[in-house]
Amino acid sequence: MDAILALINQNVAPAFGAYWPAVSTTLWTLIKIVCIVGPLMGAVAYLTLAERKILAWMHVRVGPNRVGPMGLLQPIADGVKLLLKEIVFPSRANTGLYLLGPIMAIAPALAAWAVIPFTDTLVLANIDAGVLYLLAVSSLGVYGVIIAGWASNSKYSFLGAMRAAGQMVSYEVSMGMALIVVLMVSGSLNLSAIVEAQRGNAWFFSWNWLPLLPMFVVYLISGVAETNRAPFDVVEGESEIVAGHMVEYSGMSFALFFLAEYANMWLIAAMTSTFFLGGWLSPVPFLPDGFGWFALKCCFIIFLFLWFRATFPRYRYDQIMRLGWKVFVPLCLGWILVVGLWMLSPLNIWK
Amino acid sequence: MAEIQNYTLNFGPQHPAAHGVLRLVLELDGEVIVRSDPHIGLLHRATEKLAETRTWIQSVPYMDRLDYVSMMCNEHAYCMAIEKLAGIDVPERAQYIRVMFDEITRVLNHLLWVGCHALDIGAMAMVLYTFREREDLMDAYEAVSGARMHAAYYRPGGVYRDLPDTMPKYQLNKFKNANAIKELNEARSGSLLDFLEDFCNRFPTYLDEYETLLTDNRIWKQRTVGVGVISPERALNMGLTGAMLRGSGIEWDLRKKQPYEVYDKMDFDIAVGVNGDSYDRYLVRMFEMRQSNRIIQQCITWLRANPGPVITDNHKFAPPSRESMKSNMEELIHHFKLFTEGMHVPPGEAYAAVEHPKGEFGIYAISDGANKPYRLKIRAPGYVHLSALDEIAKGHMIADAVTIIGTMDVVFGEIDR
Repeated sequence: MDAILALINQNVAPAFGAYWPAVSTTLWTLIKIVCIVGPLMGAVAYLTLAERKILAWMHVRVGPNRVGPMGLLQPIADGVKLLLKEIVFPSRANTGLYLLGPIMAIAPALAAWAVIPFTDTLVLANIDAGVLYLLAVSSLGVYGVIIAGWASNSKYSFLGAMRAAGQMVSYEVSMGMALIVVLMVSGSLNLSAIVEAQRGNAWFFSWNWLPLLPMFVVYLISGVAETNRAPFDVVEGESEIVAGHMVEYSGMSFALFFLAEYANMWLIAAMTSTFFLGGWLSPVPFLPDGFGWFALKCCFIIFLFLWFRATFPRYRYDQIMRLGWKVFVPLCLGWILVVGLWMLSPLNIWK
Repeated sequence: MAEIQNYTLNFGPQHPAAHGVLRLVLELDGEVIVRSDPHIGLLHRATEKLAETRTWIQSVPYMDRLDYVSMMCNEHAYCMAIEKLAGIDVPERAQYIRVMFDEITRVLNHLLWVGCHALDIGAMAMVLYTFREREDLMDAYEAVSGARMHAAYYRPGGVYRDLPDTMPKYQLNKFKNANAIKELNEARSGSLLDFLEDFCNRFPTYLDEYETLLTDNRIWKQRTVGVGVISPERALNMGLTGAMLRGSGIEWDLRKKQPYEVYDKMDFDIAVGVNGDSYDRYLVRMFEMRQSNRIIQQCITWLRANPGPVITDNHKFAPPSRESMKSNMEELIHHFKLFTEGMHVPPGEAYAAVEHPKGEFGIYAISDGANKPYRLKIRAPGYVHLSALDEIAKGHMIADAVTIIGTMDVVFGEIDR
């Protein structure tokens, strides 16, 4: 590795002259981005397979098992199929916006990964305002849905877009409020610092999930709602508005929405494990910390997502709104107060 | 200022929750339904008119295709109408077989209903669980009639043939080893009655599983309680029948009130709702499945103990046995007449109705003495239920329209006919 770097420094650097530091930083960052997005897309692809398999097992059926051994090549086959399909443009759609929609949906889902700490050193951008960045970027995702729903010029898409706008904005509020409590107890907006603040000597009981249990639940449920997964999937609501904003999309433009949804699921899982489940920290003192724990925690959260989907009926739109505004927001506000008083009292455990 | 208008939404016919080919034009104020206008006729096959050009017996398979999830009940009403016109007596064993298969059909229908209703509301696992049980019952259909859905098993005067002594078995194949096949075939080693008894013993457990998933589920209750409320008076005035009527608290069940076949000898209860909402109708139908299970068990016990003929010996209407047909001149003539021009039903008119899984399914037949009906009118419960949709759905949200279509248990085979 060092030899390669030295070789590059010797032979390539002079060609750029004074611009070399800027060029090398850009290149190096790009390489790192590819190193994150590549495996992430792989994880997203295999999440679709995992979902179909796990749902199938919960439904007492077999699931995909024809493409490759045990169906392991199914996501590849799906991807190839979607790539080869025609992208249909509805004649009355606004072409520019229609194309922008899926891009706007997937871009934030990928961009947010910049600040997620995989281990204490492995993070693309260890910025101090990481939480703010995450909130800002993840709330951009709703634009993709709204733009797609509007540009399709279809009533079903439009309804889906309206529902998405309402739902995602509402649940961002409760998500943000749950995070305020996390910020209060960890005293930092830096994600690595938030994970470090959860290190304690009570094994995995010292992670935020236990002292902040109500917030953990609120955050998890808001996460499900934020990614439009069952039982909050009214945005797609296949038995009501068919597929909502995606109804007119086909081929790769549809696949982008699909990828965005699953990338968002991974993102929410990563955020939940960072904020509440101690990120890369090991649950027991006799095992070392590491990326494996982080991945395991993400998989656990993802499994919960799939489990919910297999079990629960779908909420109605107004019931989702009621849950968000009339239950979660007051609960969060109350818990902020409780934790605030707790921290001021002599019983404070977050010193 | 621009004038604000409600907008219309074409809900179907190609819609996942349209249960076939319902075209529903919804007039919406935001998400709230102002008016819903069901359009029918996309599955119109002119069954009533077709029946006028076919012999009486040839229309039996058409009846299967009316409500294609409760096949034998449709046949039952049709055969009963002919029996009423012709004054044929049905042997008791045939009556028990009919009652048993009516109840099997009811369970089949309700299983499909609860699965699809839950799927519409978003609980996707239900439909896969219920189809697992439907598989067994369809095997029972197959065993008696050779067809898994469109059985054509009932005949005017009885049923086509007696219950089989053996069940079709799974064959060894490259996907399953001998042990797995043996396990699958265990319940099929005896007669059809053994197979059904085994099913009846297992079925209440399955029902408990469904109820665990749905009955006390908060989301399920939020989606169904108070949705699609029908007052008892309105339910009567709109002509609703079956679970739609009982859900509103009116105790009306043809099996109890106008017993046909051997229902008066059966020990079973009927459930009525209190609030008349979708949740009550769900509970009523779940209860009905348990009661159907009881009836099937009673029929099994009786059928085991009482062998006998399963079709009338009136050879003007039912063909003689092969043996007597080949050895007896009179029988040969009957056979020839039946299989060429068909039965001649005496002139007159008759209405026969059964408690179909969806409600009162009636056949009104007019005969002029020919070998085919002069006129056949089908009273389909789903048609009446669908006509109440506008009134029920008014003021609800789009998602509730899906619940209401589900709770009405509409099947377009019978609505469009």
